[in-house]
Amino acid sequence: MNNITKERYANGKPRLRRFHQAKWDEPIIFEMSCEGERGILVPDLEPAIERTAEDAISTLPEGLRRNQPPRLPEISQPQLVRHYTRLSQETLGVDVNIDIGQGTCTMKYSPKVNELLARMPKMAELHPLEPEEAVQGILEIFYKFEQILREISGMERFSLQPGAGSQAIYANASIIRAYHEQRGEAEQRDEIITTIFSHPSNAACAKTAGFKVITLYPDADGYPDLVALKAAVSESTAGLMITNPEDTGIFNPRIEEFIKVVHDAGGLCAYDQANANGILGMTRAKEAGFDLCHFNLHKTFSTPHGCGGPGSGAIGVTKTLAPFLPTPVVEFDGHAYHLNYDCPKSIGKIRSFYGVAPAILKAYAWVMSLGAHGLREVARTAVLNNNYLLKRVLEIPGVSAPYAKGKRRIEQVRYSWEELAERTGIHSEEIGLRVADFGLHYWTSHHPWVVPEPSTLEPTESFSKADIDEYVNVLRHIAHEVANNPDQVKTAPHNSTIHRIDPAALDNPAEWAVTWRAYQKKIHEDSE
Amino acid sequence: MSDSQSLPRKLGLIVNPLAGLGGRVGLKGSDGIAIQRKALQLGAVPQSPHRAAEALQRVRSSISDLGIITYPGEMGEDEARGCGFAPMVIGAIKEGETTSKDTRNAARDMCRMGVDLLLFAGGDGTARDIFDTVGATMFVLGIPSGVKIHSAGFAVSPACAGEVAARYLQGRVTGYREAEVMDVDEDLLREGILSARLYGYLKTPFEERFIQGAKTRSSSDRAATENIARAIIHHMRETCLYIIGPGTTTRAITSRLGLPKTLVGVDVVSGGKRISADVNEARLLDIIDREDRTAKIIITPIGGQGYLFGRGNQQISPKVIREVGRENVIVVATAEKINSLRGRPFLVDTGERATDRMLSGYIRVVSGYDEEIIYRVADGTR
Amino acid sequence: MKKSVKLKEKTIVYPYIPNSVPSVKNQMLKEVGATSVEEFFDDIPEKLRLKGEMDLPKPFLSECALKRHVEGIISKNKDCEEYLSFLGAGCWQHYVPAVCDEINQRSEFLTAYAGEPYDDHGRFQALFEYASMMGELLDMDVVNVPTYDVLQAVATSIRMAARITGRHEVLMPKTISPDTLSKVRDYCKPQVNIRLLDYDSRSGQLDLASLKHSISSNTAAVYFENPSYLGFLETHGSEIAQLAHSRGAICIVGVDPISLGVLTPPIKYGADIVCGDLQPLGIHMQFGGGHAGFIATRDEETYVMEFPSRLFGITTTSVKGEYGFGDVAYERTSFAKREEGKEFIGTATALWGITAGVYLALMGPQGMQEIGESILGRAHYAMSRISRIRGVVTPRFSTGHFKEFIVNFDDTGKTVAEINEALLNHRIFGGRDLTEEFPELGNSALYCVTEIHTQDDLDRLADALEEALH
Repeated sequence: MNNITKERYANGKPRLRRFHQAKWDEPIIFEMSCEGERGILVPDLEPAIERTAEDAISTLPEGLRRNQPPRLPEISQPQLVRHYTRLSQETLGVDVNIDIGQGTCTMKYSPKVNELLARMPKMAELHPLEPEEAVQGILEIFYKFEQILREISGMERFSLQPGAGSQAIYANASIIRAYHEQRGEAEQRDEIITTIFSHPSNAACAKTAGFKVITLYPDADGYPDLVALKAAVSESTAGLMITNPEDTGIFNPRIEEFIKVVHDAGGLCAYDQANANGILGMTRAKEAGFDLCHFNLHKTFSTPHGCGGPGSGAIGVTKTLAPFLPTPVVEFDGHAYHLNYDCPKSIGKIRSFYGVAPAILKAYAWVMSLGAHGLREVARTAVLNNNYLLKRVLEIPGVSAPYAKGKRRIEQVRYSWEELAERTGIHSEEIGLRVADFGLHYWTSHHPWVVPEPSTLEPTESFSKADIDEYVNVLRHIAHEVANNPDQVKTAPHNSTIHRIDPAALDNPAEWAVTWRAYQKKIHEDSE
Repeated sequence: MSDSQSLPRKLGLIVNPLAGLGGRVGLKGSDGIAIQRKALQLGAVPQSPHRAAEALQRVRSSISDLGIITYPGEMGEDEARGCGFAPMVIGAIKEGETTSKDTRNAARDMCRMGVDLLLFAGGDGTARDIFDTVGATMFVLGIPSGVKIHSAGFAVSPACAGEVAARYLQGRVTGYREAEVMDVDEDLLREGILSARLYGYLKTPFEERFIQGAKTRSSSDRAATENIARAIIHHMRETCLYIIGPGTTTRAITSRLGLPKTLVGVDVVSGGKRISADVNEARLLDIIDREDRTAKIIITPIGGQGYLFGRGNQQISPKVIREVGRENVIVVATAEKINSLRGRPFLVDTGERATDRMLSGYIRVVSGYDEEIIYRVADGTR
Repeated sequence: MKKSVKLKEKTIVYPYIPNSVPSVKNQMLKEVGATSVEEFFDDIPEKLRLKGEMDLPKPFLSECALKRHVEGIISKNKDCEEYLSFLGAGCWQHYVPAVCDEINQRSEFLTAYAGEPYDDHGRFQALFEYASMMGELLDMDVVNVPTYDVLQAVATSIRMAARITGRHEVLMPKTISPDTLSKVRDYCKPQVNIRLLDYDSRSGQLDLASLKHSISSNTAAVYFENPSYLGFLETHGSEIAQLAHSRGAICIVGVDPISLGVLTPPIKYGADIVCGDLQPLGIHMQFGGGHAGFIATRDEETYVMEFPSRLFGITTTSVKGEYGFGDVAYERTSFAKREEGKEFIGTATALWGITAGVYLALMGPQGMQEIGESILGRAHYAMSRISRIRGVVTPRFSTGHFKEFIVNFDDTGKTVAEINEALLNHRIFGGRDLTEEFPELGNSALYCVTEIHTQDDLDRLADALEEALH
């Protein structure tokens, strides 16, 4: 009797996965087009409607009638489904891979029951402008979720309107601007301070809102530098926008002092809580003294990332700043839920309507499946996983975790392959490409790279010990390859869907093509 | 869609066999025959040969079809053959008695032969020799081998030098940087005076680091530099005197104003005009006194060590700095430049302790338009 | 005597938290050399630690109970399948093909994020195809990976125009969506002033005289919607564009993508930047949670370099004939260059982009034409039936319409609020009440009719209105 299972293990540990990603070599959809094919039929026109349609079209002003039909592909339904299903197979979602390699993105499990709930007609078929009495259910969800966030953060009022994290940060920057405008100090206070390890959107959104951005670099231990902050504040300071713990996974223990310095200078403090997953139930925005905060529902609160959205962002503020929140706000009068548009000081609309309702529903359901004890367990387990991962990764020769030596980390760690790279000349990105050969993701860092040869890993609470071990084993294997068989790494990926792309075309206006039609034009120009 | 490279490419290799001799045996730098002989007597083992070999191994493993042009024996031939190359050997040397003249000859010859990249193993002295010969007419990359490296233009390690060289030759790296060539005056050094001069800029291949590989066309650093220039000019006042130090970032400011700039020296600009070029301390003090206007200093860190003052811009002396005042010192640098310091602070070594202390602490750095960085300044005297 | 059985005291192991199993936790702690997880939070000062647990509602640990709880809440909603809805005004009820839901429920797409062009090749290709199909619909060569919604698309388009021209003013008609105006006021504040232009009270059209008067060498852009928020079609698009161009300004037009099977794409009458919302293309309304904003331009470097969004381009790989994708001009975005990037970028609405692509592929050229005709026919049928009701005037504006139109009730003696209340009794959601947003239009409501409304539905509406009014 052949013992297949035995072959899959070595020294009691599972061997490396012999992964190969789905590789369909799929044509571009336009190439699949066959004239005349239909993917779906539109409802027939009743005779009376047909008459009015003909009328309406013939009375359309000449310049407005479309002359040539759009050159969309013509495909039958089964072929279409097959094409997109294949493309989905060529994508590694959290449901498919051990996604701890997308550090700072908090790639946790999105529970299926929440997906089911969000797709029910009582959620999916709601129009946002229905009379209030017809949408009491969803308004209740908005309201109750706001109460949950109030408790988690300690902030007084929330808006769930922003479309995702960056839009939430932008909204906070806009509120800071409005606050100073109201006090007649907007011209004077035109600087926002942030740190190099905060998410890039803190700097970018502040600038978009019209501020000058002052960036602080960390001290030698990787903590935000308080002395630098003191050198940065002045009567021009509008506020501080900071992530804590930062993307390195280090919690700033002097955060209260930071806030005090900025408050003393007359500025407001906004808390980017993108990295909240590791501190749920442990510490809050309020006690540290923040005036504003934001959460990413698609990170901390489990809603799915959707290939890059839709996500959802929630902003929380103190009582003083509540009047500036985007319009409308959701209120409860003891009997019913209402949308209050009477907000004269509001910054106005950040996003259409009230927010990404299905995400808010999913986030609510997620919290309700866990409760206070469960949320604390989420944070503690995520942090345990991260420190376990940290220990195991540091056992790999050539990798280090810069800063805060010997200290624990919170939600994620930014590692450095500097030592291996200096020895071998192989970049962190190349290690990332080889990681793809094992069905895993790998992310370096936001730019600019302060930590050399970086890799940022975040296990969250969703992955098991065995998952983490698998990831580490792959990293160790590749580190070994880099030193002994670098070619395998330098020519990776081998088992992914496609091979090394040539990026030259993507930066050259004469060659880049964002659409198939642009591409066709440029190929034909070339061949002439 | 991209053009295929016309192979085979040609790599010029220069090894300075004496670079890095002094460090291990407690001597600073190793230029000058006397020092070299002393070092060898003390049992020093040359660093550059094996570092050059390490870099070449990397190149070899990446590119099969490559022509190497090098000088005889210990100036490159040995290392090239040792790695399995069959180099074209040109020039003539006296084994065991090579000097900077040989480096210069080699560089000139390789330039004439049209090598695609000049790879050298050496230190600041070697860089200076090469720069004096070829200037910025060709691409040059340094393999770190000496003790002191103030110049930029060196890779982080021999292995990295090999990888960057290989990628450049394969056409996968198309960005470049102007790298400061700096050299310490050896004689002054032995008298206990540390003084570095900025000689110019070598053109060195630079790899923009993004997941998709190298970026092409305009460098992002250039965009940042342009934004810095815009920001500075936006705030310039007609009546102010601007003392502008050397550097490519400061040069962008004068370029944008349509003015010429002394590449390795200090110029004074006012009212949109260059009123004095390549000034020394005396001239600076004279202008400041005479003009009786607010004077500001615009500087950028020079060289790989991040010196704000004291390396390459000593004309801006402690006296000048004190006259101008710390609040009128404007530092410009791109985020990329700051990141290249890997967390090390800016350094100052004006020659006067009190001035160094005054400058230490934190300083605002203009890093873009409406963008600043707060960065640490530390005492850089040894 | 019966012995009472006590159920064992349970430590909760959470299904979503694999390492909440106590033995695993302990093993991991041991390996890390910690005695408890609390040690990991040493950097958090005691003073900032929460004492005790948060005061949150009691959870539903079993999936069964959780589902029941949430369903119980949302069952209080009345949705647009049980009620007949004529609401539009920024969110529209179109048919969502089952295939659209099928594809965006694929968990690979649903749970992916920001992998590389290798491990997420499918995502890149799906988004490239979406952009390509939108490109055909709009007759333009550059389309972004979508942003949050049309509000953001408009605001960003205006700032793009400001950056390109170096100017600081945008002109728009007073008829544009009030939400868009509110967003633009906030978002464009640091860079751009807004000047509102008059409109013809009879036709709704942007007043060209007002435009001529207001446009100057400081105008970065002229923006208008077609169809308008108020439903009418702007027929002087080419004059507006010409005027804009004559002064060196950029012409931005907001469109309804589902109209482009029958209506001409704005580039044909001179638009430089075209934007809009993808929600009509295969995305459920979701209480306003299903929006995505597209921005399209010509393939010119000046425009491409100003996009804040990601742009996915096609390229070769090391294997001949293999398609690869990647970011075009990545250094533009704030991911690459922090605050020097153009505005900012983050998680937006990629899944809806993929969905819209699926929708357009399903429909094809014929489907888009047919659906456009169907919508035109049904809307005009509704208008003709409703206009026969005594005291009711529709459409309020004399030009053509697409799917939305204003019904005016001034001569009925009833307010829109009263009428909508009455319609509720017929299980009908009447059109959006415009009396607050556009008081100059009197007692008006914005009605939306799409391909989902049968003739019977429209007759039912007309009858219900008749009953409500007389």
